[in-house]
Amino acid sequence: MTHRIAILGGGTGGTVLANDLAERLAPEIDAGDVEVALINDDPDHVYKPVWLYVAFGQREPADGRRPLDELVDDRVDLVIDRVTEIDTDDESLALRDAGGPLAYDHLVVATGSTLAADEVPGLAEGSHDYYSESGALALRDELLSMTEGHLVLSVVGTPHMCPAAPLEFVFMADDWLRERGLREDVDITYTYPINRVHGNPHIAEWAKPIMTDRDIGVETFFNADSVDPDAETLTSMEGTEIDYDLLAAIPPHRGVDVVEAAGLGDRGWVDVDKHTLAAERAEDVYALGDAATTGVPKAGSVAHYQAGVVARRLASEVRGRPATATYDGKTLCFIETGTDAASFVEFDYESPPSPAPPSEKLHWSKLAYNESYWLTARGLL
Amino acid sequence: MSATDIEPTDTVDARGAACPGPLMDLIGRIRSATAGDVVLLLSDSDRSMTDVPEWVDETDNELLGVDESGDDYGFYVEVA
Repeated sequence: MTHRIAILGGGTGGTVLANDLAERLAPEIDAGDVEVALINDDPDHVYKPVWLYVAFGQREPADGRRPLDELVDDRVDLVIDRVTEIDTDDESLALRDAGGPLAYDHLVVATGSTLAADEVPGLAEGSHDYYSESGALALRDELLSMTEGHLVLSVVGTPHMCPAAPLEFVFMADDWLRERGLREDVDITYTYPINRVHGNPHIAEWAKPIMTDRDIGVETFFNADSVDPDAETLTSMEGTEIDYDLLAAIPPHRGVDVVEAAGLGDRGWVDVDKHTLAAERAEDVYALGDAATTGVPKAGSVAHYQAGVVARRLASEVRGRPATATYDGKTLCFIETGTDAASFVEFDYESPPSPAPPSEKLHWSKLAYNESYWLTARGLL
Repeated sequence: MSATDIEPTDTVDARGAACPGPLMDLIGRIRSATAGDVVLLLSDSDRSMTDVPEWVDETDNELLGVDESGDDYGFYVEVA
């Protein structure tokens, strides 16, 4: 029998997985015993970390885009189409453009995150973000025209992609405004939903003194409930109101609707066993990256490592052996602390993060990885 | 009534959540909940014992009870 593996989503997790399987199962694919299909509704692969730099005019959106067909191994059947329904009983996917359903024996959901600013009244109209190409470009224009006033970074939605990025934004904004001689005329405030500046206490304890040293205002226990774009105010469910001149917000995130409609989990996230990454509500389904609810950050490194685990598990299943590979929560993040320095954290389910002292070397390491990311997408790094 | 007698509307399993952490997971779920819902947060972080009550105090939500009987903590929060 032919094992048909369908990977839904051509982001970091899906693309790394497709290329891993293409190499790992090359003999089986060449013999016609395994088929690997990667389905994505955009012909391009998008590397989202570039957008933080776009907001400060340091990169362009095109730097984060490459055609999927240049990244994916020829052994993978690349399907540019949109999945409109996942039927986990029938083990098939309905596609928007294709003539008929696509049947699978193994499904991997790697559908990532989407933004849902409309869940908070006024947020879409009154704020900017750097979690999308269009948002980063619009924010860049606003930042370039800002010469005075109050810049507010508000973490509104949780969980969200790249939990370090809000800290990076205010650190970079501080440096960027100082370099341009504008910092004394622009106040910066950072708001966070809980009683410290980051969800992880180790990262929060590291970041808070840096914010104090650099005169970045902090408002904790702040969960934005509404934005008044005309009055330029942001109000929290805890009853605090903040005036802003430019609001950069991390909007609420969701998964994708077809995942929720398939009953795989709430808000488009797939409920999974956090070690095996197997879906808890359906057979023969895995999920990875942002789409999987594992409790670790929605970050590219997570998707990358999880792809390796799922690839090994699928290879075992295809070969009729028990699947033993498991995910240990491994996460790596570089954290920019300005425009010329960065820190680095590594942690897993058992070991907490311990941020490295910021250095120029780590900053260049992050930039170098951003360049070499395309080797990761190809399954080479 | 003990905490374990409370019937939650929804459960957030944040055991093992290293980053950004259990309270963030709880807040995210409460955002999409409706008034009167009871959200159960499961956490294996000792930090949650201070984080969760402190945050609930800042809001109109109510901490109905905390289950400390097992290996993990269970926080029952009624959404305002």
